[in-house]
Amino acid sequence: MTFMTALRAATALGVVAAAAAAQAETITIATVNNGDMIRMQGLTDDFTSKTGIEVEWVTLEENVLRQRVTTDITTKGGQFDIMTIGMYEAPIWGRNGWLVPLDDLSAEYDVDDILPAMRDGLSADGTLYAAPFYGESSMLMYRKDLMEKAGLTMPEEPTWEFIREAAAAMDDPENGVNGICLRGKAGWGEGGALITVVANSFGARWFDMDWRPQFDTPEWKEALTFYVNLMNDYGPEGYATNGFNENLSLFQQGKCGMWMDATVAASFVTNPKESTVHDKVGFAMAPNKEGVSKKANWLWAWALAIPAGTQKEEAAKKFIEWATSKEYLELVASKEGWANVPPGTRKSLYENPEYAKIDFAQMTLKSILAADPKNCCVKPVPYVGIQFVAIPEFAGIATEVSQEFSAVYAGQQSIDEALAKAQALTEDAMEAAGYR
Amino acid sequence: MARATTPRRKAFNTALAWAVGLVIFFPILWIVVLSFKTEGDAIRPPLEVLFDAAWTVESYGVVQERSNYVKHFSNSVIIALGSTVLGLLVAVPAAWSMAFVPSRRTKDILMWMLSTKMLPAVGVLYPIYLIFIKLGLLDTRTGLVIVLMLINLPIIVWMLYTYFREIPGEILEAARMDGAGLREEILYVLTPMAVPGIASTLLLNVILAWNEAFWTLNLTAANAGPLTAFIASYSSPEGLFYAKLSAASTMAIAPILILGWFSQRQLVRGLTFGAVK
Repeated sequence: MTFMTALRAATALGVVAAAAAAQAETITIATVNNGDMIRMQGLTDDFTSKTGIEVEWVTLEENVLRQRVTTDITTKGGQFDIMTIGMYEAPIWGRNGWLVPLDDLSAEYDVDDILPAMRDGLSADGTLYAAPFYGESSMLMYRKDLMEKAGLTMPEEPTWEFIREAAAAMDDPENGVNGICLRGKAGWGEGGALITVVANSFGARWFDMDWRPQFDTPEWKEALTFYVNLMNDYGPEGYATNGFNENLSLFQQGKCGMWMDATVAASFVTNPKESTVHDKVGFAMAPNKEGVSKKANWLWAWALAIPAGTQKEEAAKKFIEWATSKEYLELVASKEGWANVPPGTRKSLYENPEYAKIDFAQMTLKSILAADPKNCCVKPVPYVGIQFVAIPEFAGIATEVSQEFSAVYAGQQSIDEALAKAQALTEDAMEAAGYR
Repeated sequence: MARATTPRRKAFNTALAWAVGLVIFFPILWIVVLSFKTEGDAIRPPLEVLFDAAWTVESYGVVQERSNYVKHFSNSVIIALGSTVLGLLVAVPAAWSMAFVPSRRTKDILMWMLSTKMLPAVGVLYPIYLIFIKLGLLDTRTGLVIVLMLINLPIIVWMLYTYFREIPGEILEAARMDGAGLREEILYVLTPMAVPGIASTLLLNVILAWNEAFWTLNLTAANAGPLTAFIASYSSPEGLFYAKLSAASTMAIAPILILGWFSQRQLVRGLTFGAVK
């Protein structure tokens, strides 16, 4: 064999290899580094073996992901075939025509099995734009042993008045136990979400039907005053900078009597590998003020969506059907147990007798069902969303408002000052955006 | 030596320097410590973390398994070195002419170059993103080399300019008197004198490019992401992964830390060059 024939043979081989590589389609998925997403990445081989489609992951920090994905979607950069987005973005982006409608999913997928609240929250004008991968509401987690020691029994549906009483009884600074831990960190998705659902459960709302901000109403003042007093009296030091992760860390180390936060936290605090209190945690519904019809339940979903303009729509749809299917839940259960199944998306999961044995499963479902994104508040509102308002301007406004509130938590300004500033800045922003 | 130092004063200064150094270095030290703990131990109070919790390399195992470190590492090396070398190729002649043959506008040009650093990067994200789409440079190492070169160019030019200005013109004159042509003058007289300056500029820019975390995150997806993207993938809004995040961070900063350690003499010399007149 001469050198030239060898070269030709090698080139031919190269061409064949390249053709084979081209046949195996590859989709790129942008996601966040949450436990359930990491598990999904580990199970991708199952999808590839079924469909022959390869998957590349781009994992980013939540805020970077939002910025990254928005840039790409608005410029039609086409870097991603699937994006992980939240319940806040899905309806806004869907309405903008940035996402491929998911209205032709296969019959086996059984789209009617998705919990109605999730489906509503991820749709715009009746069209589904993102498939929920896991969903969450908020609920109360508490230490059964400390409640017993205090001589109290946690009702399934506690009121804020009872929570204050229980916090007082469990608060034990000498042993490093705070009566209650709640988010105070600035940011619309952090402390902003928490104070909004607390306000909802006191009968407040963000806007009236004419898009007038409501921070000057007695309900907001009562809610904020209650929260600040509760946290100053029985909360951890420096709670103004605590978000989900900080509180999770405190609770897992046994430093909180109670913690109201995302239902997804239940699988962390009951995990013997991470939590020192894993066998002492009880669950209850998010509280409300006595007599107020709305509880402090929020609703959120991490969902998978396809950006308009992708060249690989079919492959992307196949992946979404796989990752949010009933079979996927079974796959996770078979490998890692039912406690690790992504919660809060399908009715059938909660009818499953195996899943019903999990401690927090029913409370998670009850919390999700108590949250209605179309009807957040006691009084009527012109918006969709519970702990957020599904308009593009909200993220900016609510971040500023939550900064004003965090300044109250840190003792830098009074409640009245913060509410007045919140009212003024929201009014300005809404006027500038043309709502009023 | 301008001032006499007593042994006591010397001891005090040494202690102070160590204290300041420790405070500055502490966050990095803590990252390294946490990277050798389990997730459960990593969130315990600091003293317990140090003395009670067992040491383990578990997190490194998980990070190895989940991410392609070698890919991110080689991207970082190519992007950092590529952008610096490319930057020097452009900046050396520019700084040279500004330092030795200044024109009426040289000062203005220098200020104008610096002014481009005053715009927040996000302000030009969309234009650059659109240009990259058109040129097919999104998520490529070539694209990042070009962007980081442009970002750091003003700093490179400024640094080199100040170094070159320190070289006395009389030496060049003397060389010319001895019959050196432009080529000999540059090669045998100027270059040897400018090497420390060029070397420290190179080092500093490698470090700046290595740590750059706006463009490297916003212009990459699955292929060209350097170590900044590798670290970012371990940050979580819902879940505590401090040990894994620390392990990833340690792996990302170790190479540049070692480089900095070995070249600290060069760096300090370069950065203080021209500071004392």
